[in-house]
Amino acid sequence: MGLSDTIKQGLRQWTLAMSRDDLDERLRDGRTANEYGVDPFGLSLEYALSAVGPFVWLFKNYFRVQTYGLAHVPAGRVLLVSNHGGQLPVDGAMIGVALLTEAKPPRIVRSMVEKWVGSLPYVSTFFSRIGQIVGTPENCRRLLENDEAILVFPEGLKGISKLYAQRYQLQDFGLGFMRLALETKTPIVPVAVVGSEEQAPALINLKSVGKLFGMPALPVTPYGLPFPLPTKYRIYFGEPLVFTGRADDEDAELEKKVNVVKGAIQSMLEKGLAERKGIFF
Amino acid sequence: MLVTGISGNLGRVVAKLLHRTERVAGIDRRPFVGKPKDVEHFQIDLRKKKTEDVFRKLPVKAIVHMGIMHDPRMSAEDHHNFNVLGTTRVLECAAKYGVKKLVVLSSANVYGPSPDNSNFLSEDAPLMAASRFPSVRDLIEVDMLAHGFFWRQPSVETVVVRPVHIVGPTIKNAPSNYLRLKRPMTLMGFDPMVQLIHMQDVGSALVTALTPGLKGVYNVTGPGEVPLSSCFKELGARPLPVPHPIARGLLSSMFKYRLASYPPEELDHIQFLCMVDGARWRKETGWSPGSSMRDTIRGVLSDLS
Repeated sequence: MGLSDTIKQGLRQWTLAMSRDDLDERLRDGRTANEYGVDPFGLSLEYALSAVGPFVWLFKNYFRVQTYGLAHVPAGRVLLVSNHGGQLPVDGAMIGVALLTEAKPPRIVRSMVEKWVGSLPYVSTFFSRIGQIVGTPENCRRLLENDEAILVFPEGLKGISKLYAQRYQLQDFGLGFMRLALETKTPIVPVAVVGSEEQAPALINLKSVGKLFGMPALPVTPYGLPFPLPTKYRIYFGEPLVFTGRADDEDAELEKKVNVVKGAIQSMLEKGLAERKGIFF
Repeated sequence: MLVTGISGNLGRVVAKLLHRTERVAGIDRRPFVGKPKDVEHFQIDLRKKKTEDVFRKLPVKAIVHMGIMHDPRMSAEDHHNFNVLGTTRVLECAAKYGVKKLVVLSSANVYGPSPDNSNFLSEDAPLMAASRFPSVRDLIEVDMLAHGFFWRQPSVETVVVRPVHIVGPTIKNAPSNYLRLKRPMTLMGFDPMVQLIHMQDVGSALVTALTPGLKGVYNVTGPGEVPLSSCFKELGARPLPVPHPIARGLLSSMFKYRLASYPPEELDHIQFLCMVDGARWRKETGWSPGSSMRDTIRGVLSDLS
């Protein structure tokens, strides 16, 4: 057994030690993998359980994540729609860990990642093995039809690269997720993450410098790099919203429905912000 | 039944599957080694006028057209010339001599690998391969010629078959050659999912495509999807990871001085996704591959039997 296999196995044991005992078997229920241990999209349960170890540790000890309303997430296909911020997609990872370690039964969340991720070495492979998929409508439709849980950040890049002054102000939402929800009759669970948008307080976004390095944004924090500070995370899962109507309706019609989701997230954010006593505890 | 490219690996597979139940003739400029006695072989160049003589002489009911060159060692010009002119000749004859059925072997490579690709491309995805990789232009053109013929000649049931990477012990296309390497170069940090299909399964798919009533464009997938690294593990090869900018630079200068037979754009296939959805074909024909994933991968090295 090579060194990398030893490390992988150690990480996997660590993940399982930090979670409920039967996590491994319960995740395997109802999932299909071929003789090489991967599903058609490249998700490897074994790899994923090793890879999430450090994130489970961060979830428990660094961000000390508190979840509310996880029972609202229905079985079967579901779109989780969340606010996005904090320069690095830690919010996505924490929502993923919450559903993996605290939901009953545990679920693997698949998020729709930026297209340029596919051109990054290591990152592209890592994301594929832990079940994260390049965000094209076809991919999303296919996964929903397989009754998977999909996480989307309709604020996209504009959300994650928010400056400190814009924290918890929801940016414009894309409409794509609503079209897919209508088309595949998928319930939407609004998700509000409190804590993420202060983790890396950006003062300025040097977009043009970032472009030189092929990056879509280059936020600068008082301490330089967008390293996440140990803010206290609170994740609120709202009641599922079910929409009906035509998927190919005019943008204005869809926007009305999207605003319902946006409003639900905004009010959960406000409630969360009012209830907490501080950013770090 | 007329099979073009009958002397090739796939041609021989199809001939052997068909010759007991059908009268089979083939066109190929190469000799047909191990030809069954009841198969008639015309050793002529598909592009030449003589091809038409075959249609005059024989009552051709159906054509399986796979006289398409995939040899990476031949020049792009030769490929283009042979593949496009050969296909044009076949289509002309099919229209003129009242052929009922035409099956054309294309390839899932016509979509082209890209980091933006959806994981599973359907048949209506645009054929983008040539945007980065001009030497597959001829394969796209063959596909489009057949596609155009499908609309222009409704009297001929045309089926365009786009299989994923074809592998087999005697197959000499780029993916099979690559998978046979003992110390293959891979791109550091990239391990795309790949789809393979065994040549025997492609043969049975082409025969299935001859089913009366079936027409259209179909992706044909094998037993499933695996990471490229799993293929090498299965085959006992030890990959040599190279950072992709270095690999591209190296291969492009090697190709320029004719030290490598692959242009650097071929690296896209081991860096990005180019996978297809074969569900429509399976649903409409009931076809399924005979080889398991493991046998398909191992089939690169040795015969299944």
